[in-house]
Amino acid sequence: MAAILEVNHLSIAFGGLHAVDEFSIAIEKGELYGLIGPNGAGKTTVFNLLTGVYKPNEGIIRLDGKDITGRKTRDINKEGIARTFQNIRLFHQLSVLDNVKVGLHNHYSYLTLEGILHLGRYRRTEKRMDDEAMDLLRVFDLDQEALVTAANLPYGKQRKLEIARALATRPKLLLLDEPAAGMNPNETAELMDTIRFVRNKFDITILLIEHDMKLVSGICERLTVLNFGRILAQGETSQVLHDPEVIKAYLGE
Amino acid sequence: MSFLSYLLKGVSLGSVYAIIALGYTMVYGIAKMLNFAHGDVIMVGGYAAFTCSMTRGMAPLPSILIAMVVCTVLGIVIETIAYRPLLEAASPLAVLITAIGVSYFLQNIVLIIFGSNPKSFQSLVKIPGLKLADGALTISGETIVTILSCLIIMLILTQFISRTRMGQAMLAVSEDKGAAQLMGINVNSTIALTFAIGSGLAAIAGVLLCSAYPSLSPYTGAMPGIKAFVAAVFGGIGSIPGAFLGGILLGVIEILAKGYISTQLSDAIVFGVLIIVLLVRPTGLLGKRIQEKV
Amino acid sequence: MKNKKLMGNLITYGLVIVAYAIVAYLLHAGRLTSLVKGLLVPICVYVILAVSLNLVVGISGELSLGHAGFMCVGAFSGAFFSKCLQDTLSFAPLRLALAIAVGAVVAAVFGLLIGIPVLRLKGDYLAIVTLAFGEIIKNVMNIFYIGLDSNGFHFSVKDQFSMGMEPGGEILVSGPMGITGTPKDASFLAGIILILITLFVVLHLIDSRDGRAIMAIRDNRIAADSIGLNITHYKLMAFTVSAALTGAAGSLYAHNLATLQAKKFDYNFSILALVFVVLGGIGNIRGSVIAAVVLTVLPELLRGMANYRMLIYSIILILMMLFNWAPRFLEWRERHLGRLFRKNRKEE
Repeated sequence: MAAILEVNHLSIAFGGLHAVDEFSIAIEKGELYGLIGPNGAGKTTVFNLLTGVYKPNEGIIRLDGKDITGRKTRDINKEGIARTFQNIRLFHQLSVLDNVKVGLHNHYSYLTLEGILHLGRYRRTEKRMDDEAMDLLRVFDLDQEALVTAANLPYGKQRKLEIARALATRPKLLLLDEPAAGMNPNETAELMDTIRFVRNKFDITILLIEHDMKLVSGICERLTVLNFGRILAQGETSQVLHDPEVIKAYLGE
Repeated sequence: MSFLSYLLKGVSLGSVYAIIALGYTMVYGIAKMLNFAHGDVIMVGGYAAFTCSMTRGMAPLPSILIAMVVCTVLGIVIETIAYRPLLEAASPLAVLITAIGVSYFLQNIVLIIFGSNPKSFQSLVKIPGLKLADGALTISGETIVTILSCLIIMLILTQFISRTRMGQAMLAVSEDKGAAQLMGINVNSTIALTFAIGSGLAAIAGVLLCSAYPSLSPYTGAMPGIKAFVAAVFGGIGSIPGAFLGGILLGVIEILAKGYISTQLSDAIVFGVLIIVLLVRPTGLLGKRIQEKV
Repeated sequence: MKNKKLMGNLITYGLVIVAYAIVAYLLHAGRLTSLVKGLLVPICVYVILAVSLNLVVGISGELSLGHAGFMCVGAFSGAFFSKCLQDTLSFAPLRLALAIAVGAVVAAVFGLLIGIPVLRLKGDYLAIVTLAFGEIIKNVMNIFYIGLDSNGFHFSVKDQFSMGMEPGGEILVSGPMGITGTPKDASFLAGIILILITLFVVLHLIDSRDGRAIMAIRDNRIAADSIGLNITHYKLMAFTVSAALTGAAGSLYAHNLATLQAKKFDYNFSILALVFVVLGGIGNIRGSVIAAVVLTVLPELLRGMANYRMLIYSIILILMMLFNWAPRFLEWRERHLGRLFRKNRKEE
């Protein structure tokens, strides 16, 4: 089967610490994949490696068959990986709508001069950007708040907006870093539906880091468990969650 | 011989820069802020010493001590009122802009009290100069005292940091504020202490600077302040030996540029050094690299 | 929202035009003192300087302390241009327009060249390096001599005699003495037009795809990187546009001065501009316009306060920063004045 993301023997060390060691993973197109593990296991570091924030000491990352190892963050986004952050990183002084429109940035264009003069192509392009952004906001039930400043959104909606912004870059692979963090059970359940809906509607692959076991077992088809930077278990969700090693290292504590 | 005397003059000026740079580098290391007003604290130190020795006719040593007390108190007051509330501000520019405000405040309050006319500062150094090589090379008393003071201050400061509890607390805070707090270190008072030390040293720098270049105006501190910051960056911000090395090198570069290239361009050359250092080796000669957290 | 933004922009333009109309009427009626008349062009210059610095500080989120340098190159290149064309091109408004364009282009080139290395740095370092560049520009301008005789142009960085000019040649730029005898082409109307152009460029840039990217990078550099924005490109764009507008202001300024000297453009000038920006509200363009006008006019009207001017500015600067940025004050504000400020925020 065609893997959308194929990672082989990815390693990085900070000082003497092997933050991620020999990390390999193959995610198939359209999959909903979970990356779990105790705090400090190196999950976010994996995301940072995949998105080019850190350069790996070793290993290869292939997206859709193309080697993207060591590329710049922004180029990796253009290749088709978008992400959210554990500690929400919105453009807090911009409106909700503008947050999404910045995500659309690389898919629309007009000259700077056209922008300054507000010429014809500016108006047409901005209109199309507004339409696409509003469509995205509707998916996350944020369309009513389109004109609100992002910083003034309640927490749960900020998380959603971050996902909407990532989707606006039209990724092949979406990385979600603890999307349910800080949400109540109702919000989490709703978020699960949204994530599934997004995967189907936009025909993308999702890799998510999560602590909430209900969410993980509810929507992830396969899992990888990290512990101390190394892979502890990998495979079908139900199998992995019953693995005695995993229970001992992670769930048991 | 002219080269040697330029060199000496450079080392002397560089020693003053080094003492000022210490204030920048310690504050930057611990509070992660550029104290733009540091140069003006020097100027206040100069005026305090001037008032004591010239106006009140006090002896040099008490004058210097009073100037140090004035600056130390000033440093703590500035930190508490203007900087501390902003250290956790959302924008890192907030505290820098405030520091610029403090800098202008100090300049203008002194301007109102003492007037804009430069005061002629009589050197507080009463040691006679040395004449070497049959008078071909003269080393002034100011030069000797300045270089010696700088060396002594460096020695005491490194000992203070490595040997005392307070020094260790400063190191801990500069490494990791949060962790230091968990270890029971009072972060706020450690930062205040850093400002106090930096400002006290600024008073000494002010007296030495005015003794060597005997003209004192409200703007006296501004340029040496900025250049000392350049020196701190040059040596590696946060590093005490770096401040020393950067200060001396910058002083020598400035005086040699003045002597051999052009008086008018010497400042441009000093700033050119800053730009080159930051582009080639942003962490300075002795600084260490910090990675941004995602 | 679109309409609201448009409304806001129209109010800003309207404010400038109304101010012009009032002053023009007073001028016509002969009700202005020569002191105020002398201030009209400088006020326009400060307004443009404040607005364009706000593009860097408020919109792009970087602190530049070197804008005096861009003003300096704009002023010198514009004045030099006009001196050279004084006899050939006698229609003053056209000559001024071209000189302003020259000042803008030269400053933009400097902005680009300086921006490329500088914008790799962040925060405090960026601020201090822009300050360094500003001072370098001032110092270098201070030693330039340019003369013109029948053999063409002569240059020197030493003094006017080492240019080896024929007798009767004209010295155009004279080191620390700068440029004298620039045609006094600047007028209040020209200043107002330039303000309107500046506002048009800045306000429309903010409200475009590029402006959004610039502000997104300001708000969160890491997130902006993750969604594929070219950070250096947009930082550089804001910096260069700002430098160009500042250079245009410099050129206008030069055409209002009998003698143009480089030493005028020291970093105090940059900091004065920063005071306008902070007091008008960081990122608030209309605020910059108002602050530049008020802070230039007020101290002149209250003559007795002249000495206290900078002192008061600095106190207001510190208080503004504390009140607007300190977490403790923000909390207090939210609690006690919450409704007042939330309403304001929506209106923006």
